[in-house]
Amino acid sequence: MAEAHKIEMQDSAARAAQAAEELQDAQGERMVLNMGPSHPATHGVLRIVLELDGEIITKADPDVGYLHRGDEKIAENMTYTQFIPYTDRLDYLAPLANNVAYALAVEKLLGIEKDLPPRCQYIRVMCAELARISSHLLGIGAFAMDLGAVTVFLLTFNEREKVYNLAESLSGARFTTSYTRIGGVMRDLPPGWTEQCRRFCDEVIPVLNEVETLLTRNRIWVDRIKNLAIISKEDAIDYGLSGPNLRASGFEYDLRKAQPYLCYKDLEFDIPIGSVGDCYDRYLVRMEEMRQSVRILYQCLDKIPGGADNKSNEPVNVADGKIVLPPKQKVMTKMEELIHQFILVTQGVNCPPGEIYFGHENPKGELGFYINSRGGGTPYRMKIRSPSFVNLSIISKIFPGCLVSDTVAILGSLDFVMGECDR
Amino acid sequence: MNALESAQKIKAKFGDLISEPTEFRGETTLEITNPERIAEVCEFAKKELGFNYLVDVSSIDNYGEDPRWTVVYHLRGLAHGGELRLKTRVSEEKSELPSVIGVWRTADWHEREIYDMMGIRFRGHPDLRRILMWEGYPYFPLRKDFPLAGKATDVPGVAFTQPAPLEGGPFVTAPGGKDAIEREPHVRNPED
Repeated sequence: MAEAHKIEMQDSAARAAQAAEELQDAQGERMVLNMGPSHPATHGVLRIVLELDGEIITKADPDVGYLHRGDEKIAENMTYTQFIPYTDRLDYLAPLANNVAYALAVEKLLGIEKDLPPRCQYIRVMCAELARISSHLLGIGAFAMDLGAVTVFLLTFNEREKVYNLAESLSGARFTTSYTRIGGVMRDLPPGWTEQCRRFCDEVIPVLNEVETLLTRNRIWVDRIKNLAIISKEDAIDYGLSGPNLRASGFEYDLRKAQPYLCYKDLEFDIPIGSVGDCYDRYLVRMEEMRQSVRILYQCLDKIPGGADNKSNEPVNVADGKIVLPPKQKVMTKMEELIHQFILVTQGVNCPPGEIYFGHENPKGELGFYINSRGGGTPYRMKIRSPSFVNLSIISKIFPGCLVSDTVAILGSLDFVMGECDR
Repeated sequence: MNALESAQKIKAKFGDLISEPTEFRGETTLEITNPERIAEVCEFAKKELGFNYLVDVSSIDNYGEDPRWTVVYHLRGLAHGGELRLKTRVSEEKSELPSVIGVWRTADWHEREIYDMMGIRFRGHPDLRRILMWEGYPYFPLRKDFPLAGKATDVPGVAFTQPAPLEGGPFVTAPGGKDAIEREPHVRNPED
């Protein structure tokens, strides 16, 4: 029995070797199968050219770029603040986290990231963690649905709806939030938001438990994804994987711990890591990350300076009229504020010449902005290091040896989003 | 080991090839004067100094300057947490430098993207094709002399035959323009 089990659970390397052996006396020729760009399991517009020997993949060539909009080119032609809405459209499953990442990058260039008011830091952490939960809920929901477990998808989407409601009351938009500003956030938390957020935290944990009961020990689920597409720790680092995909390979690296930004130093949370690096580990890591995010949210809700309704009037923006737009009433009545408003709107925030890179732990991995400035309100060059782009590059390494039906599972477990990959 | 120590070790090993390290906002940058030896420096940084993770490779078009291109490598040592930026400048006539794919596999797609967007070639790259744009596209869109609206081509079916309409933005003010018309927000094309 044990031996039969072993054959059933062959790892992908062994399967590749076996496939190569079978090819020696192959009777037919290899078939080329085009998967995507419009395929439900490619979660967007990813195209993969598969070379098949029967059911086994012998070569995979991913083709990206179908959603390329030239965001880096656009960024060179507008002010730093004007680019914020474009960040919503990078990883469109976690717009709040992108907003936070971008604002922090520009603030690093300005050298004001340490001056951010504490209330602003807590609000931003909550935004990033809500985005993480929302993104992982979709990632796992879609992953499960692709493998036939539609119930999970319905459960997780129900919870995502609540995150959208939170984003809506925060920023006015459910999807394209554009919530952060250079040097702060668009506005303070609306009344009742913290209670709404706490209610969401209370409600999401039972749902996560339910999803775990449905999946974690489900025979079909485990058989389909366990020991599938194993990525070793060395490969994960060599291919530059980041986020849950790197951690599932057993390497503990999280930018929130490694290079703490915002107020992550004051918060307690654990970094889940995998042991094997297969699709199942990637699923488990994401599940645990959501629980840790909820843990962070609870701490933020308890510790946020000013409390729920900000009676003590804690600021949410840096106190610098040359960076943050002044209140409208002052613009209308005061000379200096009028000048600041005019300059900020027409010329943008005046950044010093220099170059910085800032990496943010986004739900999908490390979202980095490399900004090269020659002074003035627009970047000379802005490179977006998107986690999905880098994570996808490992496809041609892990696909060979897998079955055609495994592609759906592997793509689901990598959890990418093409808006960010193609930029 | 912090970034500055690593930078000094690289400087000690390669001498005149490496410029003095510069610091900005806590990040250390080293410039390599001869792009032909970039792979060698990267190999040393990985093997001897533990920079086992290549975060990003990007490129800058210094339009109107010589050498025209800058290629930027962002290195990280996952074990010691240090970060280092390596830069090297490549002339327009040459537009070629060695690939670092032998040092970090992840350079594969980054280098393809730079080739696609800027037209800089990487010698030794096994599969240097366009990645975001499509095969046969005639231009390199991230170059500064490529207008935001796109360029017309006479290859219908391969690329757009007319530039995109840009009414409504994005409008940008150029600080330090000579008169008010020059300074006011408008669409900026490199030819103007």
